Amino acid sequence: MEGSLNVIGYGLATLGPAIGLGMLIGKALESMARQPEAAGMVRTTMFIGIAVVEALALLGFVLAFAL
Amino acid sequence: MTNILAAAEWGGEFEGVLDDINALFDFPAVFSFSLFGVEFGINRTILIAWIMMAVVAAVFLIGLRNPKVVPGKLQAALEGIVDINRTIAMEIIGPKGLKYVPLLTTFFVAIFALNFAKITPFMVMPPTGRPAWPLFFAVIAWVVYVGVGIKEQGVGHYFKGVAFPSGVPWPLYVILTPIEILSTLVLRPFTLAVRLFANMAAGHILIVITLVTPWIFLPSMPVGWLVGVFGLLAGPIVFGFELFIIGLQAYIFVMLTAVYIDSSMEAH
Repeated sequence: MEGSLNVIGYGLATLGPAIGLGMLIGKALESMARQPEAAGMVRTTMFIGIAVVEALALLGFVLAFAL
Repeated sequence: MTNILAAAEWGGEFEGVLDDINALFDFPAVFSFSLFGVEFGINRTILIAWIMMAVVAAVFLIGLRNPKVVPGKLQAALEGIVDINRTIAMEIIGPKGLKYVPLLTTFFVAIFALNFAKITPFMVMPPTGRPAWPLFFAVIAWVVYVGVGIKEQGVGHYFKGVAFPSGVPWPLYVILTPIEILSTLVLRPFTLAVRLFANMAAGHILIVITLVTPWIFLPSMPVGWLVGVFGLLAGPIVFGFELFIIGLQAYIFVMLTAVYIDSSMEAH
C-alpha cells in the first residue's frame, strides 16, 4: 500500500465541518419551514454560517497538499 | 462527445495525466516574452482568462449598448445579474451598500465567467483553479473592506474596533485580541481565496476524472466496460453539479465581500 497520510488527515478534517454543515442547513430549513416569510434573511445568514464552517474543511484540503 | 474534447485537449494521450495531479493545472507556456526584464509565459490558463474576458465584455457591450425602457431578452438577463448583486448589497449592507454594487457585480461576473471555463468545451480548465486568481480577487476585497473601515471610522477607531471588540470583559482580550486580528486581517482574505480555489480545483479534478474514465475503461471489454458506461452516464450529472457549484461560489464570494464591507461600516 502506498499513499500519503495527508489524505487520511483530510478525510478526518472533513468530518467536523460535515456534521456542522448538516446541523446548520437542517436548522435553517427548519426555521424556513416554520417562518416562510423570513426565508430570505435565514438563507443569507445560513450562507454566511456555511462559509465560516466550510473554512475548516478548506484548510484541511489545502494542508493535505501543502504539508 | 465531451470525452473526445477532453482527449483532444491532451492530444489523445492520457499516459501520465493521472499520475501527477499537477499536470491538470500546470500548462507549458504557449509563447513567452520578456518585458522590462521580467519573463512572461502565456499558457492555456491565461489564454482562457483572456477569452472569457473578451466574451463578457462583448456580451455586456451588445446587451447594454443602448438600453431600452422595455428590456429585450439579453438586456433583461444582464439586468437580472446586476439585480442579484443589488439585492445582496441592500440586504446585507443596507442603503449605503448601493455604492458597492458595481464592485460586487464585477466580482460576480468575473468569477462566474472564469469558473464557467471549467465546463466550457475546448477549455475545461477554470483559471480560478490556480491559486493566483482567487487570491487576486481576495486581495481586492481585502483592500476595499479595510479601506471602507478606515474611511468610515478613521484609522485608529477601525483598528481599535478590530483588535478590541466592545462588550467583552477586559481579561478576555488576552485571548480575543490575537484571534480577532488574525481572523479579520489574515484569515478572511485567505479563506475567501482558498474557498474559491479549492472548490474550483476539486471540481476540475472531478470533471477530468469523469471525462477520462470512459476513455480509459470503455476499450477494456469485460468488467471495465461497465465502469466506462457509468462514467459516460455520470458526465451530464457531474457537469450539471459543477454548474451549480460555479454559480454558488460566485454568489458566496460576493456575499462574503458584502458581509466584510458591512462589518467595517460600523464598530461592533
